[in-house]
Amino acid sequence: MSLAEKRPDSGFRLSKLIYDSQYRGYTIQFLFLCALALLIGWLVDNAYMNLAKLGITPNFSFLTNRAGYDISFKLIHYTNDSTHGRAALVGLINTLFVSFLGCIAATVLGVVVGVLRLSKNWVIARLMTIYVEVVRNVPLLLWLLVIFAVFTEATPAPRDFRGANPSAHMWLWNSMAVTNRYVALPAPEFFRSLGNIDLVVFKVSLDLLALVAVVVLGGLADRALRNHAARVQEATGRRPTTWWATVLLYFGPPIALLAILGFHFDYPKMTGFNFTGGMLAPNSLFALWFGLTIYTAVYIAEIVRAGILAVSKGQTEAAYALGLRPGRTMRLVVLPQALRVIVPPMISQFLNLTKNSTLAAAVSYPDLGATLGGVTLNQTGRALESILLMMVTYLIISLLISIAMNLFNRRVRLKER
Amino acid sequence: MSQAPEAFCRSEMLPPREPPLSQRGAWKWLHENMFSSIPSGAISVLGTGLVIWLVVQLYPWFAHSVWTANSLNECRAIITKTWGEGADGACWAVIHERWNQYLYGFYPSDAYWRPDLAFLLMLVSLLPVLFARFRKLIWFSAIFPAIGYWLIWGGSFWVIPAILAGFAVGGLAYRLTARLSAAVGLAAAALVAVLWWLFLAAPAIGLLDSVAPLKLEFVESRNLGGFLLSFIIGFCAITFSLPLGILLSLGRRSDLPIIKTSCVLFIEFIRGVPLITLLFTASFLLAYFLPPGTTFDLVLRVVIMVTFFAAAYIAEVIRGGLAAIPRGQFEASDSLGLTYWQAQRLIVMPQALKISIPGIVGVFIGLFKDTTLVIFVALLDPLKGITDAVRGNASWNGIYWEPYIFSGTIFFVFCFGMSRYAMYLERKLKTDHH
Repeated sequence: MSLAEKRPDSGFRLSKLIYDSQYRGYTIQFLFLCALALLIGWLVDNAYMNLAKLGITPNFSFLTNRAGYDISFKLIHYTNDSTHGRAALVGLINTLFVSFLGCIAATVLGVVVGVLRLSKNWVIARLMTIYVEVVRNVPLLLWLLVIFAVFTEATPAPRDFRGANPSAHMWLWNSMAVTNRYVALPAPEFFRSLGNIDLVVFKVSLDLLALVAVVVLGGLADRALRNHAARVQEATGRRPTTWWATVLLYFGPPIALLAILGFHFDYPKMTGFNFTGGMLAPNSLFALWFGLTIYTAVYIAEIVRAGILAVSKGQTEAAYALGLRPGRTMRLVVLPQALRVIVPPMISQFLNLTKNSTLAAAVSYPDLGATLGGVTLNQTGRALESILLMMVTYLIISLLISIAMNLFNRRVRLKER
Repeated sequence: MSQAPEAFCRSEMLPPREPPLSQRGAWKWLHENMFSSIPSGAISVLGTGLVIWLVVQLYPWFAHSVWTANSLNECRAIITKTWGEGADGACWAVIHERWNQYLYGFYPSDAYWRPDLAFLLMLVSLLPVLFARFRKLIWFSAIFPAIGYWLIWGGSFWVIPAILAGFAVGGLAYRLTARLSAAVGLAAAALVAVLWWLFLAAPAIGLLDSVAPLKLEFVESRNLGGFLLSFIIGFCAITFSLPLGILLSLGRRSDLPIIKTSCVLFIEFIRGVPLITLLFTASFLLAYFLPPGTTFDLVLRVVIMVTFFAAAYIAEVIRGGLAAIPRGQFEASDSLGLTYWQAQRLIVMPQALKISIPGIVGVFIGLFKDTTLVIFVALLDPLKGITDAVRGNASWNGIYWEPYIFSGTIFFVFCFGMSRYAMYLERKLKTDHH
């Protein structure tokens, strides 16, 4: 065995830039950078010349101009006298709203389907397999169109609810009605409302904020209670019963608050040819929401199934050997380990759902792509700025969701020693 | 001494008894798989009931199908006449009548043989890629994209050799410069090929045309539509995104910081924005970034953007495969003295790609489904574009379910086929003993 001597250092020669793997990296990167710079320079130069020829200078001042078009569904105040910027904001909030609803519903449905697909029950396992295979092998656009067609073609017109003997009936004890243009829902209202807080850009209902605060406080109190119970259990070996306190903490304060504020529903009523009162939500919202849900749920179901299958059978058997019942085995042994596998791909499914919500245009739901990337783009002709703004917005949304989810992921990650 | 009692000894075996009813045959199966507990039994009954209800509800609609008619009203009249007042039925006649439109969009009807031939040749070119026993035909797969382009868009025949010659001169440049370094060779090859296509191909085509004019009628991109369009975009994007995705994934794992950063930025940008914004870019913006006066085909622009989109996702899938390869493989290839590209080609990629097959096919399936999104840049996709065009006609106004079921079924067949093929490939390439 001979020890390698110190590497002979014969100094730098020009040929080393090609032949010496130590220096070749610099050559390659330099060439790459040059090519990239040339490409970008060429593109920018072309854009500059094209825009100069058309007499356009890119600027975003059109966002402060009057929009002049109506938006069929909005969560913040907007009229056609508002600015293009505000229209974009309405679209952004609509995108976030439907994505949020979709993520929650898709998670619930996906977990149920994923677990049921592993069920020993032959019928339900087969049904779920058919659901998964059919939905994921057909474009999302088709599901949106089909659901939208169900909403617009297979439902009665508002005027069918009219008269003493209407041909269509409202659902759930006359509280909601599905028509071919909108869904009329009862609206939550307060006799003694706290009013709104003005956040410059939009207003937020103080009632809602108070409700959220009470629920969060209840959750924190419940956590303290559980920690206390765990400490008692550590010290004495006996865990105090806490379930009733948990129920009370979660449901008591919100119900009390709602009673204090005088919570009631404003039911939609038929007046003339249309419903008034309540909330009239456009069918496009429901079509988009349901479409995104059934489509994304399939992918989530597959992720959940793979996650559960990834936990080795020995874990379940060990839990049974310790005398845990199937439910507790699932909750205490299998799920915590499966979550580790489930969460990262689930994050990308939430991102996919948010990005897929741009298909809103197919059912004419006014999302960001329909306001900023649709009417505003066509009216102002500011394609460059609109699309750039849209891309940046989606990038930021993606970034925020992945940061939030990665934080959550860090919490459920297996702590290895 | 008393006599020992006579010992009882059975001289013949009892015949085996039948297992109890709940433990054999159909009953056992039912007991185990459908009625193992009360909730399970309830779910089974509910599920079966749901299926039966659906069949009962939908059967008449399918049973009353009309296959030949010229309008929706005619369809309804036929159904009423045959099945009585109030009967409901499917009107597949719309598919029958508009079959060509669904398949080809507004492609000139006397030239339907061109896409047909291109589709057949595509199947032939796929054989060597999909099945090992046709490996000898691989040269055809290499030249098919040029032939397909000529068949579908038409123009001069010499466009095929002109396109292929670009690859030839690129390959030649690679041969001459690869001695220095594979990366330099690749760069040189790409440069020479692009120079050929940009500046020399057009005069060469002109020259050959003047010598021997061989022409097909030129078809404009806006006439393409239906499944033809979906297949063009899907096929091109799948073909080009795989190599691009491999390069991006290698770039992302590279030791060279500038290349790594560029690849990461590209991948994360593409993955962070919805496909529709990229299609908008293709439709509205790409023209701004090309030399003034350049007109650039919309389908081509869309193909480029969809390719980039798929490549970023494939790069991430392959990165997962690369991460799963043990370090020892890289070290072993280093110790054998293989260069970077040799190691990637012979050691790393075969293993990484094998691991990534399910993910890659998943991206391809997603890509094929996403070809329907071209409707948002006013191209005629088979789902909404063609269906809206059909419904725009007074005779088919108001027809909804039949076109959706038809195009949905075709998408299902192809996507399901792709996923089954991925499973077959996985089984075939499985070399471990688990």
